[in-house]
Amino acid sequence: MWLRRQGCLRPAGCGVEELRRRRREREAALRKARREQQLISKRLLRDDAPEEGEGGCVAVILGQAEIQQFLQLAQRGTEEKERGRALVSLRRGLQHPETQQTFIWLEGSMRTLVGLLTSNQALLQLEAARCLHELSHSEQSAVAEACLPATSYLLTYLSGHSSDFISPHVTVLEALGYALSQLLQAKEAPEKIIPSVLGSTLPQHMLQLLQPGPKLNFGVAVEFAWCLHYITCSQVNNALLITHGALSTLGLLLLDLAGAVQRTEDAGLELLACPVLRCLSNLLTEAAVGAVGEQMQLRDERVVAALFILLQFFLQKQPSLLPEGLWLLNNLTANSPSFCTSLLSLDLIEPLLQLLPVSNVVSLLVLTVLCNVAEKGPAYCQHLWPGPLLCSLLGTLAFSDTEVVGQSLELLQLLFLYRPEAAQAFLQQSGLQALERHEKEAQLQDRVHALQQTALHS
Amino acid sequence: MQLPPAVHARLAGGPGAAEPLPVERSPKAGAVPFRFTARQVRFPREHEFFEDGDVQRHLYLQDVLTQVAGAPERPRVPEFTCQVAGCCQVFDALEDYEHHYHTLHRNVCSFCKRAFPSGHLLDIHILEWHDSLFQILSERQNMYQCLVEGCTEKFKTSKDRKDHLVRRHLYPADFRFDKPKKNMSPATPRATVQVSAEALGAEGEQVEGDAMEVCSEPAGERHTAGRRVLFVSEYLLPSVLVKGHHEDLKAPRKEINTSDD
Repeated sequence: MWLRRQGCLRPAGCGVEELRRRRREREAALRKARREQQLISKRLLRDDAPEEGEGGCVAVILGQAEIQQFLQLAQRGTEEKERGRALVSLRRGLQHPETQQTFIWLEGSMRTLVGLLTSNQALLQLEAARCLHELSHSEQSAVAEACLPATSYLLTYLSGHSSDFISPHVTVLEALGYALSQLLQAKEAPEKIIPSVLGSTLPQHMLQLLQPGPKLNFGVAVEFAWCLHYITCSQVNNALLITHGALSTLGLLLLDLAGAVQRTEDAGLELLACPVLRCLSNLLTEAAVGAVGEQMQLRDERVVAALFILLQFFLQKQPSLLPEGLWLLNNLTANSPSFCTSLLSLDLIEPLLQLLPVSNVVSLLVLTVLCNVAEKGPAYCQHLWPGPLLCSLLGTLAFSDTEVVGQSLELLQLLFLYRPEAAQAFLQQSGLQALERHEKEAQLQDRVHALQQTALHS
Repeated sequence: MQLPPAVHARLAGGPGAAEPLPVERSPKAGAVPFRFTARQVRFPREHEFFEDGDVQRHLYLQDVLTQVAGAPERPRVPEFTCQVAGCCQVFDALEDYEHHYHTLHRNVCSFCKRAFPSGHLLDIHILEWHDSLFQILSERQNMYQCLVEGCTEKFKTSKDRKDHLVRRHLYPADFRFDKPKKNMSPATPRATVQVSAEALGAEGEQVEGDAMEVCSEPAGERHTAGRRVLFVSEYLLPSVLVKGHHEDLKAPRKEINTSDD
């Protein structure tokens, strides 16, 4: 549902260059904020907000009595449109932090709102969802915390409809997911909020909303996938998520995403791919993975195929996500002979090498994955040489980044160890000269020297 | 980046893991001065590795939220009335009608005509209200299941279950999806059915209703709206309802949008 709106973003009379400039500015501001640990500042999300179209209204401070009045009207008014208008007025008020404060401390206000979120009238439900959005921007996490208890109730009511794609229900679900994601980003979330979320039935609900298939709503899935990411990267109790089948659900979702990428050029899919990749990568590191049954693990070779389809997509549309995809590939291959074999049998070494020129971070990750394969022994290195790998390594040895060169040296060591013929070929292709340029580099010289010896004695 | 066709074929294939090639390591691998060890990596939330993805996420949110702040134009159609017998709700937006239909008329119990928000809750209702075996079994064991999916608790009585929902799952204290049997809504032509956590009717009133059903107007207690207009939607909707295939609600929508009305 969010994606449908993306088409109407351009302010009137705005040239493409101007838009690009603004976007770069916004990006720079966000990067700065993140480094200062201020990224969740709600203020940042609203800075660019244009003035409201309807009569140029700005946020109004509402008092307790007014809020109560609007709520009463919304709840018990006789005219549907009148009730809707009351909620619109309330929402405008809620754009102001003072009104937000008054609202959340007013007895019964949240309960009334929750009731309206399950109204059988579409207009009211939509307006209530917008109010919830406004509340999610409260600087005080008290608001989102107030939503938390009601979330279970709302999800029971709303999830039953997911197969019907009723628009207002979807809006409410997205608003809920968004509010929850705000809450989960709070500084105190790992100690206070995440444990109580994990102790409730929310994880099962969330995973259900991430099940691929005809019932999946993209906008809803995006919000709850990010919720799941904030939970998993906080490392509170990921084992619990694994017992709920998180790995298999997310794995299937990854397959679904790759399928979608093949069918359409829609550039919005990375919004969901990013948190899914992150969750999978972090969950795979849990010791619990080994302890659960087959069903709960991630062994499906199709995941590798899906991941490469996504990497190809990222290269085209969102290169900044390549490192995240490769991070998953590392976590899949590091301890898994099966996944390493898949890389070889599906002929994915060459596509992997094609990513080397993208950036230093990407090169480093590609080389690490290749090392994961090579370190498994001669049976694996047999498939790495003869082949394009050696030539690529001669290329990376010419990079200026010390870490990239260092990892190239590690890979060469493994290759020479398990495939001695490769060392000879290396010599013939002026490998020694390629090594020489790094002889003086402190971090590299010992390894350079060792490789020179190995090559010469091969 | 060129992918071999085998990759796409594999994705379309069935689940399965590759038979691994034999692993055979030498102790020299990764030995000093080398240092490589294959290991999984985890990143905590604030790690700079996530910077790019986080920035993209927030750019998206900024775009979306400026949209949410302004209410989008909802397409209006000529007014029409709900065709379900006894229901005279009038609409001028298809989205509203669809919502009304799915909320009040979709998951209806064929025995007692009560309406429910979802198929799941309808199933539970039928089991608890219209299955005589259930009554017999519930005398000996806890049969009333918790409504929250994922919670496996069961209870002796409906009231116990309700208490559990309120205490454990923090449902609103006076939550009811039902309406008292007596018609409490004002008798205005456009009266709409209220379903909210704050139930209609005085609190504490003894109600026959099940604590989870959506209320539906008993037949015959409503009178038609003043105006009744015949439009394209009128002759389309009955056929949809007769078939009972609600997916077809999508079809009439298309036709209405392209009509000249």
